[in-house]
Amino acid sequence: MSTSSADPTVDRGTPRTAAPRKGAAPGPRAARGSHPFARFVLVRLSVGLLLCLGITILAFVLTHAVPGDPVAANLGDRAQNDPAAVAAFKEKNGLNESLPSQYGTYLDNLLHGDMGTSQQTHRPVWDDLADRVPASFELALVAIVLALVIGVGLGIVAAVTRNRWPDRIIRVVSLAGVSMPVFWLAQVSFYLFSFKLGWIQAGGRLSPGAIPPEDITGLYTLDSLLTGDTGTFGEAFSRLVLPACVLAAFNIGVLTRFTRAAVLEALGNDYVRAARAKGLPEFTVIRRHVLRPALTSILTVAGLTFGGMLAGTVLVENVLSWPGLGQYAYKSALNLDLPSIMGVCLFVAVVYVVINLLVDLLYGVIDPRIRLS
Amino acid sequence: MNATRLFLGDRLGADRTGTDDPAPRRKRRPGKSPWRSPLAITGIVIIGVFLIAAVFASVISPEDPLAQKWPKYQSPSGEHWFGTDQLGRDILSRVIHGTRISLPLALLLVVLAMVIGTVLGAVAGYFGGWIDMVVMRCADLVLAFPAIILAMAVVAALGPNLTNAVLAVVIVSWPTYARVVRGLVLTLRQSDFVQADRLLGASGWRVLAVDLRPNLAGPVAVLAALDLGNAVLLLSGLSFLGLGAQPPAAEWGAMVNAGSANFDAWWVAVFPGAAILLSVLAFNFLGDTLRDALDPRTARAIRK
Repeated sequence: MSTSSADPTVDRGTPRTAAPRKGAAPGPRAARGSHPFARFVLVRLSVGLLLCLGITILAFVLTHAVPGDPVAANLGDRAQNDPAAVAAFKEKNGLNESLPSQYGTYLDNLLHGDMGTSQQTHRPVWDDLADRVPASFELALVAIVLALVIGVGLGIVAAVTRNRWPDRIIRVVSLAGVSMPVFWLAQVSFYLFSFKLGWIQAGGRLSPGAIPPEDITGLYTLDSLLTGDTGTFGEAFSRLVLPACVLAAFNIGVLTRFTRAAVLEALGNDYVRAARAKGLPEFTVIRRHVLRPALTSILTVAGLTFGGMLAGTVLVENVLSWPGLGQYAYKSALNLDLPSIMGVCLFVAVVYVVINLLVDLLYGVIDPRIRLS
Repeated sequence: MNATRLFLGDRLGADRTGTDDPAPRRKRRPGKSPWRSPLAITGIVIIGVFLIAAVFASVISPEDPLAQKWPKYQSPSGEHWFGTDQLGRDILSRVIHGTRISLPLALLLVVLAMVIGTVLGAVAGYFGGWIDMVVMRCADLVLAFPAIILAMAVVAALGPNLTNAVLAVVIVSWPTYARVVRGLVLTLRQSDFVQADRLLGASGWRVLAVDLRPNLAGPVAVLAALDLGNAVLLLSGLSFLGLGAQPPAAEWGAMVNAGSANFDAWWVAVFPGAAILLSVLAFNFLGDTLRDALDPRTARAIRK
């Protein structure tokens, strides 16, 4: 396989020129194949799988072949001085075996759905993740919707009013968005809107002591609606607003800048001039001839943004005590809890790979040139 | 945070049509430098102020950044412009001394990531084969993780201190350079001047060092300039989480974290955070300007 086919990020940069390379990767024989799209899907899938395997290796090496001492991190002073306790801890967590054999065991367990036991919570990592993921997912979902609507909207406005005052304001605002330290924004907005002004509740998913709704999807807002518990819905929703806005801020900046660039590029095409020349209303020109071609680049960024959201949760969740993946990752990292760190790394990276794959496949759907080339 | 990297890499690519040209084109005289734009000037002024603060930190800061004084949590006043923190330390002095940590380290780690990424990317692109395969697969792997999560894991594994935080940020930053440089080298390799030099008997290394290096310098410089802001953000983020600078160091991210202990004392977190925001903003202004100044496509558009 040519190396270019496994290069999603380079392609992300200039999707419209670079993307056809992906389809072209299998060479001339593929073009003659009866199902070029099936082949395209297959190639992308196998690259994704290989990447996942690489991710397990990296996560493993990082957490096993490094100086950090899990014994010191997990046992108290008295237990550390007791050889029997140390030996028992090592035995229990398989720390006595060689690294390749530890990795083999890990991979084998992983394939059986066993990610090990957290040395911190003494529960299976899988269960910990299952508890945490819905909280982060709910947060990231609301944030990405916010970021997409506002970011793409602002980007279009900026491009259309290029170099006039709306564009200049939007440009500075979007630069401020990408320059914002998320943790600071979270803290300041919590102080201002929640602590000082009392406009909105924040901190945690529900008020302390409140009973969460029946677990159907794990998303409190959705579950409370499904069970018809409007009181809990209001509570869950209002506590979601602040973290979601903070998480969206950085990504609004990114999306605005990208959309503006993509729309400007599309605006420069001769067919746009032709459309205008034949008297189409400007709105129709933008919608039909500018947004369609700009969509592929916007889509790429949007997909990656969602992955970026998961990372942003590390900082936001810690400030606003949101019991999600980010908070869990941070606590495990501080405690050198190897199985948990590996679990989180693995989960997030796999989500990344899957999103990349989906974006690639969507390209094929949106732009026939890619799947047929 | 990967979106950051994407956003970075892409400012060399797709986004350059969105040139943040600083003034309306019709008003601009031909050949006017992008360095004259309001954004560029703002950026230069801010960075200048921070640099002066860093150099003369001990002269201009009113107090010792580590000196503790009773009472703690004094609100901003004529005596303490930015107030004092949980140990009664003067926050203005700490913010000023913070420039000595954040700016040099950001510079250092961007240079490290740039050198490592550029060399690996150029070698991968020029020689191809298994070197290319290994380097680019490693880059893929690192990029498969959101930057801060991988950096967190690296710091946790190596032990939380500032050196390891810098190392972690370098580890997550080099692939962007490697990718961009590899792409450039792949295109440049085919050009006539490289072919000519090859025919004259130049070795691969000579081609890389003599023919390609000057052609790579511009884009890599732009990438590095834009990366400075991200370096500050990532590093202060790690310190905020307690994985970077350790107390009592006057580091901006760690200072913001100290503010979360007492929300009544808003000034403890607000001023160091504003310093982060301002410096990152200024780096981004300068990075965009540098891109406009060096990007031939933009330059042509300006001359038009």
